Amino acid sequence: MSGPVLDARGLAKAFGGVEAVAGVDLSVEAGHLLALIGPNGAGKSTCFNMLNGQIRPDRGRVLLGGEDVTGLSPRAVWRRGVGRTFQITATFQSMTVRENLRTALLSVRRALWNPFTSAHRRHDDEADALLALVGMADQADRACGVLAYGDLKRVELAVALSNAPRLLLMDEPTAGMAPPERIALMGLAARLAREREIAVLFTEHDMDVVFAHADRVMVLDRGRTIADGPPAAVRADPAVRAAYLGGEGG
Amino acid sequence: MEFLVLQALSGLASASSLFLVAAGLSLIFGVTRIVNFAHGSLYMLGAYLAWTFVEHGPGGALGFWGGIAAAVAATALIGAVIEILLLRRIYRAPELFQLLATFGVVLIVQDLALAIWGPQDLLGPRAPGLRGPITILGQRFPLYEAFLILVGPAVLALLWLLLNRTRWGTLVRAATQDREMVGALGVDHRRLFTGVFVLGSALAGLAGALQLPREGLSLHMDLAVVTEAFVVVVVGGLGSVGGAFLAAVLIGQLHAFGILVFPKITLVLVFLVMAVVLVLRPHGLLGRPQAEARAPSGAGEPVLRPATRPVRILGTVALLCAIALPPFLGDYGRVVMIDMAILVLFAASLHFMMGPGGMASFGHAAPFGIGAYGSALALKLAGAPMEVGLAAAPFAAGLAGVAFGWFCVRLSGVYLAMLTLAFAQIAWSVAFQWVEVTGGDNGLLGVWPSDWARDRLVYLYLTLALCLGGTLLLRRAIFSPFGMALRAGRDSPLRAEAIGIPVGAVRWAAFVIAAVMAGLAGGLFAYAKGSVFPTYLSISKSVDGLVMVLLGGVRTISGPIVGAVAFTGLEEQLTRVTDLWRLVLGLAIVGLVLAFPAGLAGAAAALAERRR
Ligand SMILES: Nc1ncnc2c1ncn2[C@@H]1O[C@H](COP(=O)(O)OP(=O)(O)OP(=O)(O)O)[C@@H](O)[C@H]1O
Ligand SMILES: [Mg+2]
Repeated sequence: MSGPVLDARGLAKAFGGVEAVAGVDLSVEAGHLLALIGPNGAGKSTCFNMLNGQIRPDRGRVLLGGEDVTGLSPRAVWRRGVGRTFQITATFQSMTVRENLRTALLSVRRALWNPFTSAHRRHDDEADALLALVGMADQADRACGVLAYGDLKRVELAVALSNAPRLLLMDEPTAGMAPPERIALMGLAARLAREREIAVLFTEHDMDVVFAHADRVMVLDRGRTIADGPPAAVRADPAVRAAYLGGEGG
Repeated sequence: MEFLVLQALSGLASASSLFLVAAGLSLIFGVTRIVNFAHGSLYMLGAYLAWTFVEHGPGGALGFWGGIAAAVAATALIGAVIEILLLRRIYRAPELFQLLATFGVVLIVQDLALAIWGPQDLLGPRAPGLRGPITILGQRFPLYEAFLILVGPAVLALLWLLLNRTRWGTLVRAATQDREMVGALGVDHRRLFTGVFVLGSALAGLAGALQLPREGLSLHMDLAVVTEAFVVVVVGGLGSVGGAFLAAVLIGQLHAFGILVFPKITLVLVFLVMAVVLVLRPHGLLGRPQAEARAPSGAGEPVLRPATRPVRILGTVALLCAIALPPFLGDYGRVVMIDMAILVLFAASLHFMMGPGGMASFGHAAPFGIGAYGSALALKLAGAPMEVGLAAAPFAAGLAGVAFGWFCVRLSGVYLAMLTLAFAQIAWSVAFQWVEVTGGDNGLLGVWPSDWARDRLVYLYLTLALCLGGTLLLRRAIFSPFGMALRAGRDSPLRAEAIGIPVGAVRWAAFVIAAVMAGLAGGLFAYAKGSVFPTYLSISKSVDGLVMVLLGGVRTISGPIVGAVAFTGLEEQLTRVTDLWRLVLGLAIVGLVLAFPAGLAGAAAALAERRR
């Protein structure tokens, strides 16, 4: 493939006069992981929301594989191959884990308008394969409403993978997990990115996870990019240490 | 010109009493999040109690104003009793159950009032000191009306002082904005809630009592005023007293002038304004988006699993019984069974949008009645036979569903419910007021089945086939890919949109499907009765549907069926053995809500779950 999968230029968004994101460029290539980090309120989630169409940017463009998708609805962006997970998990609580996947898979096939046939057992193989991938196969029949938070994150990842995305947006994918699980989950994401040529953009507060798996790290502070580069370089950057990493001792 | 001024003034006078009712309703909702259907009943009680105290007060000692004051106090006391005995126990129950419980109170009060004061309209005395007319711009204007005009702003000012200048008022405002915060402040919820409910009840009682010199008291006052108060509250913004005042003035003026310009469709006008306001400002004129009071609707919903073997066997047996039974029934039994089958489809269609769709409707009588009128008008206007009429019914209801649904699916929760109520009231007032076409109150008669279906047994089988067929189709739809999309949109619109589900369109489609099925039920009902009346579109018909669904349990699929059968059975039996069937039904509803907050079928399911 030529050129980056995601190429966003000059994204900006203000809420009530306060600039949450003030001109950010983002670009990720296929098979690469870009970590977007920064203190609380830096504007990370707002960036995600502009990328997948949740929020329309005040300024800036979002290009997906060269196509301008700025201002398209989340549905339309998803149809173009963008999967995302949310910082606060969003799943269908009244369905089982497998049914969550089934809904997504039916949607991929544009089969959701049919009110006449039963959806029972549709696409179970594919759903189970995705669940096995994220380590949720044994809980496929449980209701999403009763899952532990870390498990919900896994279900979300499986759902986000259901349309074989070329771009995966993961907003704090490992929140609610124990440290070893975190490393393992991001390890999985990294593996998938390489194997399936997916471009991955993720935010994460756990620096061990970030530096273990990201190919590139971008640091956001109050809506602006203050550093961008390979993990080692960013880790050493004095501006970053001052703004963010200092307190946590790197 | 003078005439217009007077018209505006009389609009203001009605606005005052409307404001008193709406302000109480709004305060109660703001703090307790309960939509109090019984608020109109408190208003009615205020009026009747005032009549009793004024006319038959102890030794006539109270006089007019003493009687009014006593009525207000008594209504406040009744409010306290209702809050302490009933509402306090169900603050954590699902919203709709609270609504159902307050509707149980409506039924109880209706029958008690009938038993105490009798069916005739009562006329109160004039207010002493405010009897004569005054002259404004050379026109005579009743002094009492002028007095009422002042009452509204006076109460508004007092409420403003109470809310903004006292500690208690600060708590009320805090609770209205954020329930959790009050808990965090360590305030005694109970006292606050009871206090607000009592205040609201007193306001309703005052509004009712002040009607005494104005109009005859009737047993229909309760629902009439509560729907209008709902409109005011929703237009003004739930929880906003100032908004309620603004909206009351708006609606009062609309009535006063609407009657000059469109004498036939004043009611339509009122509800149309509400619809427009809700679409433009989904939280009302002065309302603010509520901090989410509850977990998203998907939370706590049980997983819908296909029927277990015992349930399936039970269902099949019930179905076979229903098919085998009719020949052995007498004519009366067949009539009851036709009604039951129709109500099963009606309830199932309402459940489809309420349960899986997460869209509670207070106006499901609309598609039902529009279906019935569709059949009748196909006959009256085009001479269409029953076969065509039965197709016209779902078609007409479906068209209405397309139109109403376009507005409704933009909203959620209580606002959506209110908008459906508004549309049902519009449909009702068209049927009621457009006499040339609909026959008005006299309805349309002579809507009989075709010859082949005229025999009651044949018509019963026709009804069974269509109603059970429709119900099974709805059930299938819940488990279909479309049903999954619908439930997905209810559980998490955010996630649904993020995986390509057009949530709005799916909800709209579900709204239309529910309307089509309710319309079919309405058409069948028209031919079963041979006539069509505006009551098919009335609030009480909508509430019947709600009661059936909630009685059965909105979270289960068999719920509406169980609920419809239980409801019709209960009503049939009760009307036979007692005149006070509403009282008994009301008590039963209240008792059931207190005992089984998840509905009958829900309780059975929970029992089965525990056994597992
Ligand atoms: N819908 C909204 N309305 C108003 N302000 C918002 C909205 N969404 C975000 N903000 C504000 O924009 C800023 C950036 O928020 P954002 O959620 O993007 O930060 P974040 O980097 O994801 O933080 P966190 O690490 O806490 O998730 C914050 O100040 C936040 O309060
Ligand atoms: Mg965030």
